[in-house]
Amino acid sequence: MTLRLFIPRDAGALALGAEAVAARLAAALRQHGVAHEIVRTGSRGLYWLEPMVEVATPAGRVAYGPVAPVAAESVLEAILADAGPHPLRLGAPDAIPFLKRQTRLSFARCGEIDPLSLADYQAAGGYLGLTRALAMAGPAAIETVIESGLRGRGGAGFPTGIKWRTAAQAAGARKFIVCNADEGDSGTFADRMIMEGDPFLLIEGMTIAGLAVGAGKGYIYIRSEYPHAIATMNAAILLARAEGLLGGDVLGSGRGFELEVRVGAGAYVCGEETALLDSIEGKRGQVRAKPPLPAITGLFGCPTVINNVLTLVAVPWIFSHGATAYREFGMGRSRGTMPIQLAGNIRHGGLYEAAFGVSLGTLVEDIGGGTASGRPVRAVQVGGPLGAYFPPALFDTPFDYEAFAARDGLIGHGGIVVFDDSVDMARQARFALEFCSVESCGKCTPCRIGSTRGVEVLDRVLAGENVAANLALIEDLCQTLKFGSLCALGGFTPYPVMSALTHFREDFVPHRPLAAE
Amino acid sequence: MASSQPRVSDLAWDADRAAAIIAAHAGTEGPLLPALHALQAAFGHIPAEAVPALAHAFNLSRADVHGVVSFYHDFRDHPAGRHVLRLCRAEACQAMGGDGLAARARARLGVGWGETTADGALTLEPVFCLGLCACGPSAMLDGALHGRLDAAALDALLDEVAP
Repeated sequence: MTLRLFIPRDAGALALGAEAVAARLAAALRQHGVAHEIVRTGSRGLYWLEPMVEVATPAGRVAYGPVAPVAAESVLEAILADAGPHPLRLGAPDAIPFLKRQTRLSFARCGEIDPLSLADYQAAGGYLGLTRALAMAGPAAIETVIESGLRGRGGAGFPTGIKWRTAAQAAGARKFIVCNADEGDSGTFADRMIMEGDPFLLIEGMTIAGLAVGAGKGYIYIRSEYPHAIATMNAAILLARAEGLLGGDVLGSGRGFELEVRVGAGAYVCGEETALLDSIEGKRGQVRAKPPLPAITGLFGCPTVINNVLTLVAVPWIFSHGATAYREFGMGRSRGTMPIQLAGNIRHGGLYEAAFGVSLGTLVEDIGGGTASGRPVRAVQVGGPLGAYFPPALFDTPFDYEAFAARDGLIGHGGIVVFDDSVDMARQARFALEFCSVESCGKCTPCRIGSTRGVEVLDRVLAGENVAANLALIEDLCQTLKFGSLCALGGFTPYPVMSALTHFREDFVPHRPLAAE
Repeated sequence: MASSQPRVSDLAWDADRAAAIIAAHAGTEGPLLPALHALQAAFGHIPAEAVPALAHAFNLSRADVHGVVSFYHDFRDHPAGRHVLRLCRAEACQAMGGDGLAARARARLGVGWGETTADGALTLEPVFCLGLCACGPSAMLDGALHGRLDAAALDALLDEVAP
């Protein structure tokens, strides 16, 4: 019988040596003369256990990890001894508490299947959602999304179905679906994981969106920092087209949908939806004033739905299992699940998909196991570079759009970055302002000028000059940025700055000069 | 993002090669970014001569093209060193000691961000997130990813490319 091994080729696993592990296992298997197949999968998202090697047994998969390249041969000996004992043996992956406690709707297949096998995807329920959607009229499909309660997972939390309906009802000879895969927030990697680990899910979600809205073409805008995701998405699009899942006649329905990947060029602000549209059009990635909404006047002036990767990959499940089933998960107005990303200085970092409502403390201390350094947690930044820093005193905050907003924070794209007690929060506040000044598109004054002035004023505080007056000036400046900026870059930069000032005021004392870089 | 840098002999301006690359994008809607990526992959940077050629082909002003080239961090106006090390400077890597690693790299190489060592061996660039936030600090060396870096691992990487 052919031995089947599963080794991720997810970028995170590759960064930890998965390629060398795969090569050494293949060489050792040839030496042993064992008939084998090595399937390269995505990652299940348990990064402290990567590279994770799995073997198929009559009783299901057995996992070993983290397998460093030097451990490959000894792990193979254990695998060949009927998936037997080894210090790195983890047992059935599904039984690992981090995985077992999750509610994996969008990530059900990620890390388990060959990402570029349509047969694997369909055997695991893939394209059931599109088949159901095709049986519905466009308006009924949009009603399904509205009923599900799905909100934009990029951070803004706007009801997805309403956006789709607006674009569907807008007049236009051409309409577009644009997927925002410009995942620039530090602490987030869910978009990357799904594009590398289950690309057909995104293709299916975009196809459902296109057919529901009446859009014939979709673009996936992927940041250039994700070369592996770009390669996998492009390969998956070719395969889907060859099988009639994209093109002029999707699944024999007589209706067409095409997809194209566009690659970013290292501008954080292009994650803002209107800057992203300008970037696809070949312009500087500058923010557009709204209105008009992109759903009415979007890409190339046509009605356009722009959704985040995580929004679009939630869609197939909603159609295969029903809107009611989806909305049963969650709390308040946050329905369904959120792929949460545990990052930074955390013991068990990775992807944790759960229904909305789990508390921040549970995520960090219980599921994440506290810091990797073993020191106490001092701050967590939720929602990327524009998210607030929360101290452990706010760990009872449930993961929910409104609950975070009520505490002057945001959940953003679901990234949680943990810092231990060695963090200097004045330095983090300065970084937020500096980042904004570097990445500002320059279109609006508060963001372009305010961020630069903010760095200067904060430097005066840290040099001990008129501390009270200059701190008051920063607070005033933050108000201007928050209410006067055109988009979330300038508008949300006050979150990390003000939260650091509010919760960690003791750090804003004279410093030794921060190194000029 | 290229997995390896173009050979030095390929970096020189070649109007015919550039024209062919640009022409290949003529049928694309919004062709400028894809064309710029292709030019940079071929020449290792965006040669100044490419700007009027792009403007002419896509019916834009030279100022429009220059504005786009200079807006995006990815596009270089001169070739990089033989190797490119991109160190992540974003928050998740900061939380794992990324700032200290960056200081170590700059001191050892004697260069600042965006600079190339005097012997042309290595260009050091900052990157704001590689999506490896649960296994930081992270870096990309000529397209290959590295996670959970510490001082010894960084030194080993640098030994390979800039001994």
